[in-house]
Amino acid sequence: MKAGDLAELALRNLREAVLRNSLTTLGVAVGVASLVAMLSLGVGLQELASRRLSNSGLFDTVIVMPRRNMQGMRRAAPNPVPAKEAPALDDDARKTMERLPNVIEVYPQIRFPTEVRYDGTPYSTIVAGVPDSARGNGAYDGIQGSFFSGPNANEAILQIELAKDLSEQTSNLIGKELVVRYAEREALPPQTGASSDPSGGAGGFSIVPREKRLRIVGIIETEPAAGFGGFGSGRLLIPLEVASALRAAQVNDLRDAVRTTNGKPVYASLTVRAKSPSQVEAIETSIKNMGFGTFSLLDATRNLRLFFTIFDLLLAIFGSLALAVATLGIINTLVMAILERRREIGILKALGAADRDVKQLFFVEAGVMGLLGGTLGAGLGWTIGKAITFGTNLYLKRQSLPAAHVFSVPWWLVLGAIAFAVLVSLAAGLYPATRAARLNPVEALRYE
Amino acid sequence: MTTGDGVAVRAERVSRHYEMGAVVIRAVDDVTLAVRAGEFVALLGSSGSGKSTLLNLMAGLDRPTGGAIFANGRNLSELSSLELARYRSKTVGMVFQSFNLLPRMTLEENVELPLRLAEVDRGERGARVQEALERVKLEKRLSHRPSELSGGEQQRAALARALVNRPTLLFADEPTGNLDSATGESIMLLLKEIQQKLGMTIVMVTHERPLAERFANRIVALADGKLLRDGVKS
Repeated sequence: MKAGDLAELALRNLREAVLRNSLTTLGVAVGVASLVAMLSLGVGLQELASRRLSNSGLFDTVIVMPRRNMQGMRRAAPNPVPAKEAPALDDDARKTMERLPNVIEVYPQIRFPTEVRYDGTPYSTIVAGVPDSARGNGAYDGIQGSFFSGPNANEAILQIELAKDLSEQTSNLIGKELVVRYAEREALPPQTGASSDPSGGAGGFSIVPREKRLRIVGIIETEPAAGFGGFGSGRLLIPLEVASALRAAQVNDLRDAVRTTNGKPVYASLTVRAKSPSQVEAIETSIKNMGFGTFSLLDATRNLRLFFTIFDLLLAIFGSLALAVATLGIINTLVMAILERRREIGILKALGAADRDVKQLFFVEAGVMGLLGGTLGAGLGWTIGKAITFGTNLYLKRQSLPAAHVFSVPWWLVLGAIAFAVLVSLAAGLYPATRAARLNPVEALRYE
Repeated sequence: MTTGDGVAVRAERVSRHYEMGAVVIRAVDDVTLAVRAGEFVALLGSSGSGKSTLLNLMAGLDRPTGGAIFANGRNLSELSSLELARYRSKTVGMVFQSFNLLPRMTLEENVELPLRLAEVDRGERGARVQEALERVKLEKRLSHRPSELSGGEQQRAALARALVNRPTLLFADEPTGNLDSATGESIMLLLKEIQQKLGMTIVMVTHERPLAERFANRIVALADGKLLRDGVKS
């Protein structure tokens, strides 16, 4: 039989027992809705976590340090890399890294101890430079006030603990000014004849106390993760370019001063940001090949993916239970249809229908129930998702927390769920269809 | 189409036995019968004589447990399930005692059904249905359902459905069994007319001797699954 005729006859048969077939289709729809709802929740939570973590800069960031710095952090290596083989983490190296594929930006880690004076009272804290690219960072989503107005703005964002030290009413701090006292590193001219080694021409530096007035523009609850490369963030955050211009003496300066660096300024560490966490591994390998030490949370992302894969699998299994029950409904409906339409099958065979035609007819009926149930179920699942998101956001709003999309119904999930429903329905129709096809026409015609 | 010797369908020592536990029921037992093209053969016998079983075997609805049936030059026992379905679709038309129209379909849809199964093009179907229904004088009842027709009309519709694929063999199983005598006669007249006008081979099962004697060219009597008598009318 031609496909069009097959479909027409199948639809006609489905219409004949419209109530029973509708209920069976509804069963499939509920099953698919349950599956879609569960998986959408899994996908939504995964996307939420990934987005938050990705925005935080934890997973798309590689921290680069000179290998000799890293050696100091480990036990003595059996074959330490000779100092002459360890390249300097200077501007040349930074530019090379900027040219690596999938690198968005490379910036130095600027972090130094300081004394903050607010309202005449001194407080010791750590200042950290924040790149302007952190503006879209998820870590600043719940900020009180605002992010820096520009990359060169003399503004500061306080971490809540520091803000609490400065004032009990932290919200009053926004718009106020504070003074940062720091040690500026001022280069000294090279001393003639002081060293016969031309490579030892690194000039020394003197420390000059300085002050900088900054306006408080924001307060953040959490410590922005961008600082993990420094193994602990600062509590007073200022624009990176402002921090760089301060030329504040950093912890590593003293150590670098006694090392040879061809007279060029070197960085204690650099932060390399990748376009996405998936590109971190390749970038890390390239930088290691340049002779630098690297650090990233790549393993953590792998574990995160593993966790969500297992989580999604469990949700899919629970979601599929309802679909399994619906499958039994399809089998039941079609077996009943065979009993009711036994004589009709006999007539069809007497008129020239092959076993294949009868089988296909029942298959199409099962497939149509699956297609309709799958489509309806995907819509129902989407609606459930919207309702859950709405309810969750209502709750989050009451808790003064930012809204979150805990539910995500990607197109592949919708299509996949419908295809799955059709496949499951066809599988459910296999036994009834085979049974119907094998009916002996003479016996079927005798059936009353 | 014939087997080459003018025979439309031939049963050679055909048997159809059913095993019911230890008991073997011989519904058709060692029957040999050749139906020539254009003949109107009546299979006559009482209930349980094996006439309907023999008809089903010749129509390709059942397979014999012994012997062979030849039609279109081929042994039906050796055909695959698909080939046998094609034989039923293209070569055979069937009419039943209880009409066997599908109650939820209109007359037009019922008659169109064999065309769908034979994969006839949609464009051709309308004319074929019309032609078949005109032949049985039901062309004005296209949109009626079987329940809206009388018994005689239903059997005529079933006859139209049997003819729509232009078969060469028409098998009728007690076509007048559910009809009163006047309506039954009108159906028999129609069958006779079709046989004469279209040159169609008709094999009809009946237990009504007068009807068989009046309309058939040849009467084959069966009893207990065996061929009792095979007589050609003069």
